[in-house]
Amino acid sequence: MGFMDILYIVVPSTLLWAAPLIFTALGGNFSERSGIVNIGLEGLMVIGAFTAIVFNLAFDQTLGNLTPWISLLVAMVVGALLSVLHAVASITFRADQTVSGVAINLLAVGAALFLVKLFYGKGQTDIIQKGFSKIDIPVLSDIPVLGKLFFSNTYYTSFVAIIVAFIAWFVMFKTPFGLRLRAVGEHPMAADTMGINVTRMRYIGVIISGALGGIGGGVYAQSISSDFSHATISGQGFMALAALIFGKWHPLGAMGAALFFGFAQSLSIIGSSLPLLENIPNVYLLIAPYILTILALTGFIGRAEGPKALGTPYIKGNR
Amino acid sequence: MSNRVKNIIVPIMAVILGMLVGTIIMVVTGYDAVAAFTALWNGAFGEIYYTGEVIRQVTPLILAGLSVAFAFRTGLFNIGVEGQLIVGWLAAVWVGVAFDLPPVIHTLVAVIAAGVAGALWAFIPGLLKAKFRVHEVIVTIMLNYTALHVTNYIIRTVLSEKSDRTEMIKGTATLRSSFLEGLTDYSRLHWGIVIALIGVFIMWFLLEKTTRGYELRSVGFNQHASHYAGMNVDKNIILSMVISGAFAGLAGAMEGLGTFGYASIKGGFTGVGFDGIAVALLGGNGPIGVILAALLFGALKVGALNMPLEAGVPNELVDIIIALIVFFVAASYMIRLFIDRISKKGVK
Repeated sequence: MGFMDILYIVVPSTLLWAAPLIFTALGGNFSERSGIVNIGLEGLMVIGAFTAIVFNLAFDQTLGNLTPWISLLVAMVVGALLSVLHAVASITFRADQTVSGVAINLLAVGAALFLVKLFYGKGQTDIIQKGFSKIDIPVLSDIPVLGKLFFSNTYYTSFVAIIVAFIAWFVMFKTPFGLRLRAVGEHPMAADTMGINVTRMRYIGVIISGALGGIGGGVYAQSISSDFSHATISGQGFMALAALIFGKWHPLGAMGAALFFGFAQSLSIIGSSLPLLENIPNVYLLIAPYILTILALTGFIGRAEGPKALGTPYIKGNR
Repeated sequence: MSNRVKNIIVPIMAVILGMLVGTIIMVVTGYDAVAAFTALWNGAFGEIYYTGEVIRQVTPLILAGLSVAFAFRTGLFNIGVEGQLIVGWLAAVWVGVAFDLPPVIHTLVAVIAAGVAGALWAFIPGLLKAKFRVHEVIVTIMLNYTALHVTNYIIRTVLSEKSDRTEMIKGTATLRSSFLEGLTDYSRLHWGIVIALIGVFIMWFLLEKTTRGYELRSVGFNQHASHYAGMNVDKNIILSMVISGAFAGLAGAMEGLGTFGYASIKGGFTGVGFDGIAVALLGGNGPIGVILAALLFGALKVGALNMPLEAGVPNELVDIIIALIVFFVAASYMIRLFIDRISKKGVK
């Protein structure tokens, strides 16, 4: 097996595994930039995956090939709704944001499995018929070498994820809205003095994170797992959080980190069939994202520092 | 109303609200709520066997709750109980399988090994927090997954020949007791509950009655003031993480030496660590509170298993209720506002 042959396997697989991480990490980015810790990303992905699968199973006859895309939109809406709960607790009721995130995670798993049993009478759903399927992207896949490497045998969702990352970067760093969002996360009192509605900005940040987390879960469920059970989302949300931190709370950094973690995840799965890698225990690949994140936080790989006001509720009049 | 009374009312309100929303969910989805709660009660206390199972379930919950509560009291958020528990579980089983020691001593060595393993695993976030000011929440989350994958790898390659579980631990290392089992109609109740209760006492004594405990709490309240008073802040942060991790490791020993008697490959977390957060929060991070909260969650978890059989209600409903209780405790500002408003009306 030549080097290019390996790349032809590894690159599409990396893009596949990275897509859900990119969406969810970008979601976390909006929430955390506004100053709200969101470890509920895992739960938001769970509810997104659940919603997408249920909707997909219910409407695939009527909607045809559009089914996975519309399911993704529904997952986005439901993810956003669940995140409102986190917003209410941590912004309005000044709850400990980490605890509220834990509650979101527990709630999402409990509610999703409860409803699966209610709808289907068993612990997991059927396998969907109309998931995202592998395609060769028209025109682009005809480019010599690069076309085969990046645009063949791949999924549209991966490219949507990368485009969304650039949009998120633009919104966060090139628009007034983005400036306000970041201001609220760095120094809410100063932002408040300048007439920015801190509560409103933070709500928007958290709800965007819910929407993108829901999409992340929906993408994972419809392109990787194809059904929903208790084990569908196991750690992807936390890995997205890791990508966000490893990417230093920057949308493009988060995207890069998510691509890298996707690479590690896909290697841990397909590595055994590749030369050179077959003798390396895949445990190293499995733990690499987490260890690297810890090292990044510690400052061994360029120090990652979060927004100043991250995790502190804003109480008007307090100093 | 005094703060003390409020601190007791808030968790009770949270439990009631959680149950209430759970009931509403059942009514909306067309399940029989009365039958469900009856089944829940019967499944937890209906027979002595179930009660034995509840106490077995409560054992690791108390220790996980202590772990989270101890960290909270000293100003740290240990969300890594899950990882420290898995590491402790593995260490206990390793000692239980690999060593040949007389009874009781073997058990003690295995239990201590679990505590040490959990403590070492928690030493990492403690050290990083003390030396590099890295927030412990993220580090412990990352270490949870690291622990999961590393222990799976060790079980698969070192402790077994590519099998998904280890051998049973030797009879000399077990916490199981035919006496306790006979007492409770052959439930899996084991001696671990005694260790858990000793743990509760140790936490109370350490925090409330020793100079070291005073320092730990002081650093949790205000690092700068403690530093000014001449305390070694870094050392206290590390120590508090290490003690918290030791409790979590012991919780793992309860599963490894008591309930299961082996360690197996896990696809995901046990959930005990995250339930420990719920226990600590609901119990107000105090020793008695942790016991009561662990009892509540243990009864809910074990009783839930009876709900599909007796009432046809999915047992995940209890997971929803537990999540809601955590949510309401977290958002206790809402409950406090409500109490204030009511008590003000009373004054008029």
